[in-house]
Amino acid sequence: MSELHDPNAPQATSDLSNTGRMDVSAVLDEGRASVPDSIREVVFNLDDVHIFYGDFEAVSDVTMQIGKNEITAFIGPSGCGKSTLLRSFNRMNDLIPGARVEGLLAYHGFNIYAPEVDPIEVRRRIGMVFQKPNVFPKSIYENVAYGPKVNGMKVNMDDLVEDCLTRAALWDEVKDDLKKSAYALSGGQQQRLVIARCIAVKPEVILMDEPCASLDPIATAKIEDLMKELAADYTIVIVTHNMQQAARVSDRTAFFTADVDAKGVRHGRLVEYGPTRSIFTAPNEPRTEDYISGRFG
Amino acid sequence: MSGQSASSVAGGLNPLRQTKPRYGEAVIRGVLTLAAAVSLFTTFGIVISVLIPSLEFFAEISILEFLFTTTWTPLFANPQYGVLPLITGTLVITVIAVLVAIPLGLGSAIYLSEYASPGARKVLKPTLEVLAGIPTVVFGFFALEFITQYVLKPIFPSIQVFNALSAGLVMGIMIIPTIASLSEDAMAAVPSGLRDGAYALGATKRQTALRVVVPAALSGIVAAFVLGISRAIGETMIVTIAAGLQPNMTLNPLQGMQTMTSYIAAAGSGDVPTGSIEYKSIFAVGLLLFAITFVMNMISIRLVRKYRQAYQ
Repeated sequence: MSELHDPNAPQATSDLSNTGRMDVSAVLDEGRASVPDSIREVVFNLDDVHIFYGDFEAVSDVTMQIGKNEITAFIGPSGCGKSTLLRSFNRMNDLIPGARVEGLLAYHGFNIYAPEVDPIEVRRRIGMVFQKPNVFPKSIYENVAYGPKVNGMKVNMDDLVEDCLTRAALWDEVKDDLKKSAYALSGGQQQRLVIARCIAVKPEVILMDEPCASLDPIATAKIEDLMKELAADYTIVIVTHNMQQAARVSDRTAFFTADVDAKGVRHGRLVEYGPTRSIFTAPNEPRTEDYISGRFG
Repeated sequence: MSGQSASSVAGGLNPLRQTKPRYGEAVIRGVLTLAAAVSLFTTFGIVISVLIPSLEFFAEISILEFLFTTTWTPLFANPQYGVLPLITGTLVITVIAVLVAIPLGLGSAIYLSEYASPGARKVLKPTLEVLAGIPTVVFGFFALEFITQYVLKPIFPSIQVFNALSAGLVMGIMIIPTIASLSEDAMAAVPSGLRDGAYALGATKRQTALRVVVPAALSGIVAAFVLGISRAIGETMIVTIAAGLQPNMTLNPLQGMQTMTSYIAAAGSGDVPTGSIEYKSIFAVGLLLFAITFVMNMISIRLVRKYRQAYQ
């Protein structure tokens, strides 16, 4: 790994200083802090996106753009719709009966919810890593080879498996155990295997839904390092409950919250979106400031 | 028990001592132990009651003659005790049943677990399970009167009235619910995260079902197959009614055959004198059946252990 994580900086520091405000300046990634204010190349363009489960509007009126080869973090309290929004990026919500998306959700200018679009093609280009490391009950090798096989990719499988495991920073730990069950791996290793499996189908985007939620701090640090390396080749969108993680790894941060309407129903809304250093050091919205300083959520 | 324990403390007794005997606990424990013991003793009793007459039988008929000769005529004037025709009959009918039940049962399970809408599943699964509740005697007459007469006879004019094919087909239908229901349970227990993982890689529904969900549920599916096969081997009524009572050393399913179970049923309900060699032969066949089922169960335990996948 080229960009080794500083072990002293993030994990051990307490979330709150005496003033009640999180000290994120020590956590912000130096290299990533230089992201320009405007996005150079747009991968996703969202215009007035609303997401429904049946009659329930889980996410309302999101307009934002996701930049190529950037790491974009979605933060916000539970129930603010950030995971729902993430799962709409590769049409995983299609698998939930009654879920539907309104508004424009365009990938390189193509509306991924247009009637002629095949959700399977969408998912081949836009991969996903989940909260629980959902390795298949197969060997380590077969886990990585599954995606290329079902997609009918004509490749040298041994080379591809080695390449993906190397990029996921797992090769050295498993190269002698490729035939062993993936369940023999630790949680952190399993999550890196899932990342290797994801990049084996050569996606352009990797969506990560709280990828470190079930991992210990050391495994988390490894995944975060890996994300920063992968950002050179992939566009990454990550949902996280860990604000320090958002500050550590992301170029841009979107803060979501849940508004309660007159009937007491919660709707997720995008409150503020911008370069991570601005969101954490000079937020425009008081609600963002309250959240990142730990006053609610 | 506040009053009591307070007085014990006042009386200088150890306040942590049990102050009231818990008779209910002992009673429950006894009743539950007894309940568990009943099935244990029953199994033990069956083994003994089958084993003793069988040993007497093998004192008169050599075990080699029993297992390796091909004529089974215990009720003839010159009786012969070669059990192979009964084994062949059981085998042929069971194989037919399995060929029907495994594809249809597993197919139903995959449909119910992966493809059916929640509404369709709510209707179909109980309906399928009703099939399991139909008495086997009804299945037997269905095989004899309907399948043989109206389905098989037009296709195979040479078919005998009693034949292995109709018994096997209907027995297959009978065990579909067992295989489908247990396999569906096993697939429903596969964590949805595995399906999400496959879909997120661009897998189709078929690729997800066949290459992730079925392999993940394989131990449960194999257990369902073995239970279905065991039911087929042990099934008596359908074969007695539809396959006939002629011990017949053949692999031709269009002919009548006798199975181990239908021999036991027929001889047991006939007028063989107690203690005679014919009588003891019933137990010898029963012991063989028991041994075969036992080996099947052993194999299934092995298979389940081999394919068992632990989920986190």
